[in-house]
Amino acid sequence: MIKLTVNGRVHNVDVEPDMPLLWVLRDQLKLMGTKYGCGIAQCGACIVHVDGEPVTSCRAKVGDMAGKKILTIEGLGKPGLHRIQKAWIEHEVPQCGYCQSGMMMAAVSLLAKKPKPTDADIDEAMTNLCRCGSYPRVRKAIHAAAGQSPASPAKKA
Amino acid sequence: MTIAIDRRQFLKASAAAGGGLALEFSIPAVAAPAKGIPPKEVNAWVVIHPDDRVVIRIARSEMGQGTLTALAQLVAEELDCDWMRVTTEFASPNEHIRRKRIWGSMSTGGSQGVRSSQDYVRKGGATAREMLVAAAAQQWKVPAAECKAEKGVITHGASRRRVRFGQVADAAAKLEPPKDVKLRDPKDWKIAGKPVRRLDIPDKVMGKPVFAVDVDLPGMLHASIFQSPVFGGKVKSVDASAAEKMRGVKKIVREADFVAVVADNWWRANQAVRALKVEWDEGANGNASDETIMKMLREGLADPKLPEARKVGDAAAAMAGAAKVVEAEYASPYLNHATMEPMTCTAWIKPDGFVEVWTSTQNAEASMAAAAETAGVPLEKVEVHKMMLGGGFGRRGAPQDFVKQGVLIAKQLPGVPVKMMWSREEDMRHGFYRPASLVKMKAGLDAQGNCVAFEARIACPSILALLRPEAIQKGIDFSAVRTLNDMPYTIANQQVDYAMRNGHVPVGFWRAPGLQNAVYRECFIDEVAQAAGKDPLEYRLAMLKPGDKNRLVLEAAAKHAGWGTPLPAGIFRGIAMSDGFGSFTAGVVEVSVNAAGEIKIHRFVMAIDSGYVVNPDTCAAQAEGNAAYCIGMLYQANTVKNGRMVEGNFDTFQIPGMSEMPKVETVLVPTGGFWGGHGEPGALSFMPAVLNAVYAATGKRVRTLPLKPGELKKA
Repeated sequence: MIKLTVNGRVHNVDVEPDMPLLWVLRDQLKLMGTKYGCGIAQCGACIVHVDGEPVTSCRAKVGDMAGKKILTIEGLGKPGLHRIQKAWIEHEVPQCGYCQSGMMMAAVSLLAKKPKPTDADIDEAMTNLCRCGSYPRVRKAIHAAAGQSPASPAKKA
Repeated sequence: MTIAIDRRQFLKASAAAGGGLALEFSIPAVAAPAKGIPPKEVNAWVVIHPDDRVVIRIARSEMGQGTLTALAQLVAEELDCDWMRVTTEFASPNEHIRRKRIWGSMSTGGSQGVRSSQDYVRKGGATAREMLVAAAAQQWKVPAAECKAEKGVITHGASRRRVRFGQVADAAAKLEPPKDVKLRDPKDWKIAGKPVRRLDIPDKVMGKPVFAVDVDLPGMLHASIFQSPVFGGKVKSVDASAAEKMRGVKKIVREADFVAVVADNWWRANQAVRALKVEWDEGANGNASDETIMKMLREGLADPKLPEARKVGDAAAAMAGAAKVVEAEYASPYLNHATMEPMTCTAWIKPDGFVEVWTSTQNAEASMAAAAETAGVPLEKVEVHKMMLGGGFGRRGAPQDFVKQGVLIAKQLPGVPVKMMWSREEDMRHGFYRPASLVKMKAGLDAQGNCVAFEARIACPSILALLRPEAIQKGIDFSAVRTLNDMPYTIANQQVDYAMRNGHVPVGFWRAPGLQNAVYRECFIDEVAQAAGKDPLEYRLAMLKPGDKNRLVLEAAAKHAGWGTPLPAGIFRGIAMSDGFGSFTAGVVEVSVNAAGEIKIHRFVMAIDSGYVVNPDTCAAQAEGNAAYCIGMLYQANTVKNGRMVEGNFDTFQIPGMSEMPKVETVLVPTGGFWGGHGEPGALSFMPAVLNAVYAATGKRVRTLPLKPGELKKA
């Protein structure tokens, strides 16, 4: 049994210690907001917070997670919505949405470290992959959540 | 699927946003359903609850392109309901079959979602409105013409009576639908044409389960699959002795061209499938490689007897008499769609033989047909639950390989729902790839530099030969020749020939099928303009007829981007245009190239005339998406060695990231009178404009993608 604290709740899971945290979250705890994209820590769709740090859960062994505090998209901002989620809604960030949980978790980490990130900070921290091209809106939403004024969206000519 | 955002949460979100609402409406905040009283279907498109909530049925798929919201806007516009009370649900494919395909097409590709259904969905909304008004008028015993619907309320002006939609939905549903309804002039639109907020975003921001990978059913098992590494190969033998002992493993599945393991958790299934020792019969394709494929394409170009995709005037004679001839060869590799959500299908063969499927599909009817055929049951005994797609880009339409596999696996475990999800490696190596191609173009110029002759020879595998052979006409696959055989340029003599050379790599519709030809054409036209000593914009405009909508968008993009005006040092512009998918687009791109030869794309201005615009904000998002999707073409390739695809994951098939994304400015110039798409057209002008800008920056023409390492490095 491995004791996990996820979104403030304690779970005892009977799994192999080398099972990646991602699959414990998704298939054992049914927290489906965290996504599988590559399995090799390249895309960031599986990013969760472990003791406040962003971690690609597809490569994090659950055996190493005992006693640590794990936060997933389902627990973000509870109760209510985190300011990143509000900014995401406000700026219509997601297209298909598949990568967005990881994207938001990475953005929350960025703001925790750099409350007023520059574009260069965003480029450096936000290495998540999005095939739909939500990047310009991710950038705007991060600036907005940081209280910095975003650029205006496209207008009808 | 309905969007159930907590009203309190959203109001807080709006308040936090602080008044600077860029978008016109808030997201509908739907109250808890009234208990006990069922909603009423007024017609196939419109369902109304007694408390006035309106459910709009959506037949097309949502993969992030915003079609779900746009279609709801069109229905709501004609229905005259309160947009804040609108939710949506995907129409049931099984019901669709039973009701004689009442929802029209369920296919979502070719940027068709809005443009090919706008007429009947608007009529659906208008018909429902007239029935609701007629029901109210009957109640009041007044002529319907004296009554009016607005924001979900019907009023009779003279008697000042009013009734809400929810109060007359029941009576309206019993009326005969009007035969003919008048649709609103888009000039008078109140909900359509506005940048309303997308209905699917709140769930996606809260990580709620909406995708095929998120399906979870009681007693469900998980499957991971391993397919023949060589396309067309077969399973010869399987040694499952190690795999079957692994924890959680429930079943080893062996089919003709794949093996799979079913377990109680996907990771366990995937660990076990990797532990299978499989011997493959590679068939005839084990020696295929990039070299053999290029040889095949080159042999195609040399074929003296090719089918003609276009013949205007006498290109050979005009070429012979030309003052100057420009010639170039362009090439592109195979490219995978690489949707972020891998191919996934949950299938459940129920004890009574009914088959339920949950999948991310661009074509629910094709999914149904694949499931029915594989399970050996009639269509009526299949239901396909349409999930949100974690990207589509054409991969989840015509090929329904993943549905067939899901059902084959579930057949081995009757009564048990099984969710089959591909690993990224399977997804990368078993795509239906954008075809590799080789194209040779030739232009003849007169003494003044005018282009008097154009020839193109296209060697390219045929998507239709694999997926829709009945659509091939006289040896021509339109998706392989488009943009080159339908140029708007007024060149008097044109000859385009097509060499269908198919090879063994499965090919499919990849965002903007035929896009490679737009790249070739628009880069080549730049070469021709240069040979003529003309500005690329002026040269194009001189070859476009007055009134041609291509002119309009070219001029709009050029004007917005400041074509011809000075740029900061080190930044260079390129321009391109192409019509496609019902729309006209042109783009101007600004790039810089550093000494190491690395390209930085700074800005993309895209002008588009799609006739009408249903949601300007989602249209802008599609321009951004098209740019992001295409940037990768600079360095992506799915290469072939020993009959199999080499690249297996995002480490070797790289996806563009945040830092590579340019600023995208969308210039919407809808001229009305036709309906064009938005999902793909943006791609057509982006990449050629990038490469033309790269030429402006470096003096080097990139004619073969991807770029070779160091190709643009300063000598």
